[in-house]
Amino acid sequence: MLTAEELGIVLLSLKVAVASVAASLPAGIFVAWLLARRDFPGKTLVDAVVHLPLVLPPVVVGYLLLLAFGRGGALGGILERVGIVFAFRWTGAALAAAVMSFPLLVRAIRLSMEAVDPRLEAAGRTLGARPWRVFATLTLPLAWPGLVTGALLGFARSLGEFGATITFVANIPGETETLPLAIYAYTQVPGADVHALRLSVLSVLLSLGALAVSEWLVRRRKAPSLDA
Amino acid sequence: MLEVDIVVRRGAFRLEAAFSSDAPIVALFGRSGSGKSTVVEAIAGLVRPESGRIVVQGRTLFDAARAIDLTPEARRVGCVFQDALLFPHLSVRANLAYGERLTPAAERFVDRDRVISLLGLASLLERRPATLSGGEKQRVALGRTLLASPRILLLDEPLAALDAPRKAEILRYIELLRDELRLPMVYVSHAIEEVTRLADRLVLVSDGRTLAEGDVAEVLSRADLKPYTGRFEAGAVIDARVARHDERYGLTVLAFEGGELVVANVDALPGEPVRARIRSRDVALALERPRAASFQNVLEATVESVGGEFGAIVDVGLRVGATPFSARITRESAERLAIVPGTKLFALVKAIAIDRRSVGYA
Repeated sequence: MLTAEELGIVLLSLKVAVASVAASLPAGIFVAWLLARRDFPGKTLVDAVVHLPLVLPPVVVGYLLLLAFGRGGALGGILERVGIVFAFRWTGAALAAAVMSFPLLVRAIRLSMEAVDPRLEAAGRTLGARPWRVFATLTLPLAWPGLVTGALLGFARSLGEFGATITFVANIPGETETLPLAIYAYTQVPGADVHALRLSVLSVLLSLGALAVSEWLVRRRKAPSLDA
Repeated sequence: MLEVDIVVRRGAFRLEAAFSSDAPIVALFGRSGSGKSTVVEAIAGLVRPESGRIVVQGRTLFDAARAIDLTPEARRVGCVFQDALLFPHLSVRANLAYGERLTPAAERFVDRDRVISLLGLASLLERRPATLSGGEKQRVALGRTLLASPRILLLDEPLAALDAPRKAEILRYIELLRDELRLPMVYVSHAIEEVTRLADRLVLVSDGRTLAEGDVAEVLSRADLKPYTGRFEAGAVIDARVARHDERYGLTVLAFEGGELVVANVDALPGEPVRARIRSRDVALALERPRAASFQNVLEATVESVGGEFGAIVDVGLRVGATPFSARITRESAERLAIVPGTKLFALVKAIAIDRRSVGYA
C-alpha cells in the first residue's frame, strides 16, 4: 500500500489542486461571462492576457510570479504585511497552478456560456429578473456542463503543474513537493525508478477519479427531477 | 393606451415607427424583415431607440428627450415569442413561477389557478419543456408571461412555428385571454388571417417604417396600400353576430350591417360577435339575382371603385349596406357587365368559400 511519504505527496497535491480550482473558479466565471456576454474597450487585451499562461513557457510564468510575489517582490511585500505568504509555501504552489490552469478553465466556461441563447436571458429580463438574477438562475445553470468541464480541466492541469511551480516555490518536501515534482526528483536519483513509477500510477488514478466525478456531476444535473 | 414614436438604428437597418392605439389588440402587420419585431423589442426594452418615446397605459417607458429608459425588468411588458423560449432546465411549474415570484404582491392581478385552467396547463406542470409539443410550449409561454402580471402583452409571431391545427388552438386561447383578462395586446404577424381574426387596429410596417394605421377593415381596403396588403390575399373583413344555426344542414347564419351571410357551422352561440374574412377572389358579381344557382349568399351591392387599369384582373370595391366588400374578377368580365362606380349588382359568395378558420370571435 501507500507509504506515509507517498500519502503525504498525494494529499498535498490534492490540497494544492483543490485550492487552485476553488480560488480561480469565481474569477474564472466572472471573466468568462465578461468575454462571452459583454462588449467593452480592451476586451481583446483581456482575452490575450487570460490566454498568456497557455502560450508562455511555464518557467517564465513561474519566474514572473517569483518577481511579483516573492519575498522581495512588489506584491509579495505588501501581502506579507497582511500575513499572506506565497514564496516557498504550498499556497505558492496553488497560486502557480491557478495561474497556469486559468486559461483552460475560462475557455470551457466561456464556450458553454456563449452556447446559452441570449434570448432566454432577454425573456428572463422581461419577466422581471434583474441582470444578476438572470445570471444566477438562467446563465449559470444552463452553462453547468461547461462549469464542470472547466473545473475538471483546471483541476487536472493543477495536478500536473511542474515548470511554474518549481521555478516559483522550488521543490520542498512536505511543503511544495507535489506529484510531478516528486516524480521528477525520483527520476534524478539512481535506483529510485520504482518510486517514480508508483507515483505515476497514483497520478493516473487521481486523474481518472476526477474525470469520473465530473462526468457524474454533469449527468446528475441533466436528470429530469432536478429543479433550480 | 399605447403610444410609440421611435427611431431605432441597428447597424445598417433603420426603423422609424410611430403609431398609437387604445384598441384591445393592435396588430403590427408586414413582411418578414420589415422591422415589426424590432418595434416589439423596443417596447420591451431589449433594444434602445436612438430617439423618441414609448408610453404604455400612461406610463413612460422610454423618452430620449427626458432621458427616461426603464430597464426591461421594470417595464412590466410581457412578451411571447415565436419559439416559446421556455427555460429548458426548469419544469413547466417552475417556468410559470419564474415571473410570478418576481412580481410584487401588490402588482399581481392574474390568478395562477385561473391562468392554469384557462390555458389547460394543469396536466403539464411537472413536465420539462423538451417533452412538450409546439402548441403546449406556446401555452406555457403565454401562462408564464401572464403570471408576471404585465400591463401589456406583446405577441411576436406566436403562431409562426405551429402547424394549422395548433395555430387554431392557440388563436382560441389568445381570444379567451383578450376577453377574460382585458389586457391590451400587440400582435405581430405576417399572416393576414390571424390579424383580421384577432385585431381591431392595424399598423402596417414596411421596410423599417410604419406606413399606415387604422381600423383593420379600413387599412386593408385602402387602395393605395394594396402593394403591401394586396400581396396577402386581398379581401374584406366583416364584423357580424351569430344570428342562428341551421342544425339540419350544419350551417350558421351571420348577421352584419347590410345583410346576412350563410357559412359552414361556426362554433359560437347565437348573439355572439364574430368576424369573418371573405377573400376577393371568392366573390363573384352578377347584374341580376341568379335563379337556380348554388350560391348561398346573394348580397345586394353597389360598386364603389373599379381598380387597376392594366392586366387581366381588376379589384372591384363594393358596399353591401354599410359594409365594404371587394371582388376580384377578370377585366373582360368587368367590361362585359359594364361595371363602373355606382353600378347596382349582386355579390355572390359560396358558403364554403368562407373558411371556417377565418371566422373568429370578435
